[in-house]
Amino acid sequence: MNFWEYLESRHQQLLIDAYQHASVVFQCMVVATVLGVLIGVVTYRSEWAGNLATTATATLLTIPALAMIGLLIPVVGLGVPPTVIALTLYGLLPIVRNSIVGLRGVDPSLVDAAMGIGMSRPARLARVELPLAWPPILTGIRVSTQMLMGIAAIAAYASGPGLGNLIFRGIASLGSKNALNQVLAGTLGIIVLALLFDAAYVLIGRLTIPRGIRA
Amino acid sequence: MPEPSVPDSETPGTESRSVGATIELEGLTKRYPGSALPAVDSVTLDIGAGETVILVGPSGCGKSTLLKMINRLIEPTGGRIRIGGDDVTDMDPVRLRRTIGYAIQASGLFPHMTVAQNIALVPKMLRWPAARVRARVEEMLDLVGLDPGEFHGRYPRQLSGGQQQRVGVARALAADPPVLLMDEPFGAVDPITRDHLQDELIRLQRELHKTIVFVTHDFDEAIKIGDRIAVLRERSHIAQFDTPEAILTNPADDFVSGFVGAGAALKRLNLTRVRDVGITDYPTVNVDDPLQHIFNKLRSGGTNEVLLLDKRGRPYKWLRRGDMMRAKGSLARAGTLVHDTVTRDATLRDALEAVLTDNTGRVAVTGRRGAYEGVVDVETLMNSVHELLEADRLEARGAQADLQEQRAAQTQAEQEGFGGEAKA
Repeated sequence: MNFWEYLESRHQQLLIDAYQHASVVFQCMVVATVLGVLIGVVTYRSEWAGNLATTATATLLTIPALAMIGLLIPVVGLGVPPTVIALTLYGLLPIVRNSIVGLRGVDPSLVDAAMGIGMSRPARLARVELPLAWPPILTGIRVSTQMLMGIAAIAAYASGPGLGNLIFRGIASLGSKNALNQVLAGTLGIIVLALLFDAAYVLIGRLTIPRGIRA
Repeated sequence: MPEPSVPDSETPGTESRSVGATIELEGLTKRYPGSALPAVDSVTLDIGAGETVILVGPSGCGKSTLLKMINRLIEPTGGRIRIGGDDVTDMDPVRLRRTIGYAIQASGLFPHMTVAQNIALVPKMLRWPAARVRARVEEMLDLVGLDPGEFHGRYPRQLSGGQQQRVGVARALAADPPVLLMDEPFGAVDPITRDHLQDELIRLQRELHKTIVFVTHDFDEAIKIGDRIAVLRERSHIAQFDTPEAILTNPADDFVSGFVGAGAALKRLNLTRVRDVGITDYPTVNVDDPLQHIFNKLRSGGTNEVLLLDKRGRPYKWLRRGDMMRAKGSLARAGTLVHDTVTRDATLRDALEAVLTDNTGRVAVTGRRGAYEGVVDVETLMNSVHELLEADRLEARGAQADLQEQRAAQTQAEQEGFGGEAKA
């Protein structure tokens, strides 16, 4: 059975795996974005708090994915929970770092102007600082998503959802007739998904970055 | 969070114009933790309603700090602030700032909002109805001399520095605040644009009568714009607080005269404006006029030249009799372009400059949107400068006489000892 025949015969299962892969990455990204921006907003004004947040999330990223999931299994069990927790934690760093850098990068004279015309602290954040910091934050989200696409494959180790299952199954049965096809389908599927997500982010950037600050 | 309404600017439909309010600063002090000397040391200053007061001083004298304490961007550590008689030292600062216009260097416009959105910010925060906000934005753009249709939807980066600054002023004035604070607003634009912006501000102030507190380190800017000038030395100690004329002719001490700098006589020209010297009428023609009409005007008029106006009534070219012949009746090539114009609010110094650089010996005076209003020629200028200096000399002589009289009286009193005092 060559690769195309394999795809044809298993396309149902492949689509389900791809959908689950995309879905888990998307959901984890939403959570990571909300958490990451929140951490950024809370910490950016203080030198040490901001650095602490960046360092802490960077440290999380240095834990090998396999080890992280392995460590989570005894705590939260198999399947979806360890996957979601691990992916969310890994996704934090680029978002937290870019939120802090973006918010700190807002021209202080604009913050002064916002205060001077009588904007309250929340209004200043929502109407001036976050919109101006949005382009770097979006970049962080993009980087994060690409990273999670790859890391999500490892979730199969904990019986999690996604295209990782194909890769693991293939590796486990190396030498059998479909092993290579399985690994190839899983890997290519992840690449295609990553490209699709990236295209979506370009579109989101177009729609959400105001014309006045678009590069 | 419902905003408490500000009564004088909340009635929809009526274009209420709030005029200036008084500002009283009483022993205002700012002391930063960790530094021995206060940044601003017990400043007491009374500013009248509708007055333009300039805070001027060397960098680091705390003039910006003093300004920012008025809208409490910097919280004072001591003293009171009263605006329009009300003590605002303990008022909610966010509410306070919505009633005070604030314009800063480099405009401070938000780059992600359009010009209209920037201007609408404060009225929206004050919960004005949408229709009124829209009307107000157009009105403000018009007021600062920008065409609403053209500039409404633009982003700040699509504007020149001068235009940004105008929008900055429009935003500061949008909610019709009685008080306007300006922190070196024209510091970041080129000298020519700065000059125009200053003229514009003077014209605005003549229409609006706000109370303006304006910070600058440029003394020439101070005497051009200010009704009164507070010259500040270190820690915002007031060295002299007086009219520009008085500071120029009678500086209080060496610090002030050092700050005034050389050329006080020339600077005096900055204190009189074109509107004060009388504008004369001049024959004009319009680009749309038939050529025959222009010829007739040239022939019948008592002058060698006529001023050609463009479609919007702005001075365009000076046409001499010979020009029309040489250009074979085509307006496109005839005449010399108008280099420079002045507004009624331009100083005599600007007008003199313009007259000297233009070889026609006169300069066109323009009003709103650059429309022609009249001309000022070199004779008018010379005469008024002459009168001006004569008046100054008389005044100075009077002041000197007073001084001598005082001294004489003092000497006499001293000579006579207690007896003299008892008699007095």
